[in-house]
Amino acid sequence: MKFYRSHVLVAIDDNSLKAGVKEIETQLRIELEKNNLTDEIKVLETGGLSYFGTGVSITILPDQITYLNLKKEDLSEIVREHLLKGRVVSHLILNTTLTNKYNFNYKNRVVLENSGIINPENIEEYLGTGGYEAWEKVLTKMKPTEVVNEVKASGLRGRGGAGFPAGIKWSFTAPLRAKQKYIVVNADEGEPGTFKDRLIMEGDPHKLLEGIMIAAYAVGASKSYIYIRGEYKLCIHRLELAIKQANEYGILGKNIFGSGFDLEIEIKIGAGAYICGEETALIESMEGNRGTPRSKPPFPGVEGAWSKPTVVNNVETIANVPSIIKNGADWYNTIGAKCCRGTKVYTMMGDVKLPGLCEAEMGTSLRTIINEYGGGMREEKSFKAALVGGAAGVFLPNDMLDVKMDFSSLQEYGAVLGSGAILVMNEDADLVEMLWSIIRFFRHESCGKCNPCSNGNTVLFKLIDGIRKGKGKEADLDEMVRISEVMNKTSFCALGQSPYMPIKSAIDNFRIDFLARMK
Amino acid sequence: MKTLDDLRKIRKKAQQEMKLRESNNRIKIVISMGTSGIAMGAREVMKAILDEVSNRNLTDVLVTQTGEKGLSSMEPVIDVIEEGKQTVTYGNITTEKARKIIAEHIVNGKVVNDFVITVQS
Repeated sequence: MKFYRSHVLVAIDDNSLKAGVKEIETQLRIELEKNNLTDEIKVLETGGLSYFGTGVSITILPDQITYLNLKKEDLSEIVREHLLKGRVVSHLILNTTLTNKYNFNYKNRVVLENSGIINPENIEEYLGTGGYEAWEKVLTKMKPTEVVNEVKASGLRGRGGAGFPAGIKWSFTAPLRAKQKYIVVNADEGEPGTFKDRLIMEGDPHKLLEGIMIAAYAVGASKSYIYIRGEYKLCIHRLELAIKQANEYGILGKNIFGSGFDLEIEIKIGAGAYICGEETALIESMEGNRGTPRSKPPFPGVEGAWSKPTVVNNVETIANVPSIIKNGADWYNTIGAKCCRGTKVYTMMGDVKLPGLCEAEMGTSLRTIINEYGGGMREEKSFKAALVGGAAGVFLPNDMLDVKMDFSSLQEYGAVLGSGAILVMNEDADLVEMLWSIIRFFRHESCGKCNPCSNGNTVLFKLIDGIRKGKGKEADLDEMVRISEVMNKTSFCALGQSPYMPIKSAIDNFRIDFLARMK
Repeated sequence: MKTLDDLRKIRKKAQQEMKLRESNNRIKIVISMGTSGIAMGAREVMKAILDEVSNRNLTDVLVTQTGEKGLSSMEPVIDVIEEGKQTVTYGNITTEKARKIIAEHIVNGKVVNDFVITVQS
């Protein structure tokens, strides 16, 4: 058997065939011939090398070097440099070295300032970072109305999606006279692609507890529930531990530090329905009933859990409160955009180099978020669209990359900030598939209480499924927009109102993708 | 049950301890133990680090845990914090890489550049 010094594996699969692998292989053989290497080096065809979407790729053995996204003109360099002289062509190589100066942005963090620094299972480390100072300040120096006014003045807006001002929400419940009031923290986080609350609860559970305490003091609630999704095992464990520690230290419990204020915090575990992220459905589920939304009014702030006044806030909203009280509303007003103060935690997925999570000031542009925190587009492919705000969000096209990410700037374009999930798609993404999976999700999660949502989503799914299978007509697109618009106007809760935005933005901005399936 | 004064004392003590700890122990290794980190093997990495620290009798090294920093795609992430030096954050750590970091960075004081995500003061 003939001995070869080196083997070159050429990946042959659907992707690389499309990218012209055959032509490149011929070119490779020509270059080898030119350099008299045909006796020393063997070219082999193999299946895909398990690098997805990387065009033509070759691996050189025994060096174990893989070159990606090859073009015809690159081959003379590879043959000359690598195979002849043994020098790796570093600019064509699969990049595995890490970025050396990733910016975690701790300087500007508010909610996640301690996550990734302190030990979340040790209350003393939280105390060491100035924890529970705000709680002490509230108990000893502030009246409940002052706390409400401070949060109102800070301009803190709800981070769960709708962006309702938190201080105003509290001010509805605070003056009511009732035997029992509740603070409920919405930690259900069901929006696909969102995991910001998980990091807050895992990395800094005491910050959430401190926020709950302040909110409870402000509205006069003596009982609080954290409604958390069952999948978040680690969050549940750490929160339980944090509550236990806070009770031991007397930060929670009866007559806290002699102030006469009682507070008890309890964890309720959800069973994983998307609808239970809606505040009234969440309350129903918490009471032990089937998770379906209630009619509003009466709003939960007046008549919520067990018909008592109940404030429902998102985890991130509550986690902002300790810093606001500690540093004052004036400090908070120096951060972020004019319409909505503070920072926002974004979760980034899809075709970026460094998927993950970042906290940036409100009003940071989408381009900055993708390039600075996401590391830019993966494999240097071009940006096609970003789905901002989770499944109920909006597809933003290329020309909207510079839009500022805050509630009112996005609203100008008919978009929403939602939960802060950003799904980035590159040139290879197919919007038909994306929209199909979103509508399938809504159809599956519709609770069935109201007709527009349960029937509407079924019809929408039928239409998009037809388009996906190549049986659609152009009129179907307008029909989908029309149906979802009717759903938006007539559905009982936000679930049925949601499909309108992704459908409208996908069809308006990427109609060509849908037409390509029709022929 | 503690009073507010106790709480203030604990806070001060904790603040000092967090500083003291860094001077008593020459180096602190912080492992990010969030869901993503654990899923990517942070527990095994922690075991490897503890194993290496005890095998080498490194008495001035403190190993502790924290939550996630946010860069989920680079988990497990570990921080090496040294008094008077810049904090080095390593990413995509495996047990072998962790052992290498102990040998090169902790023992010999040479930062392992290949695994560095970022360096902060």
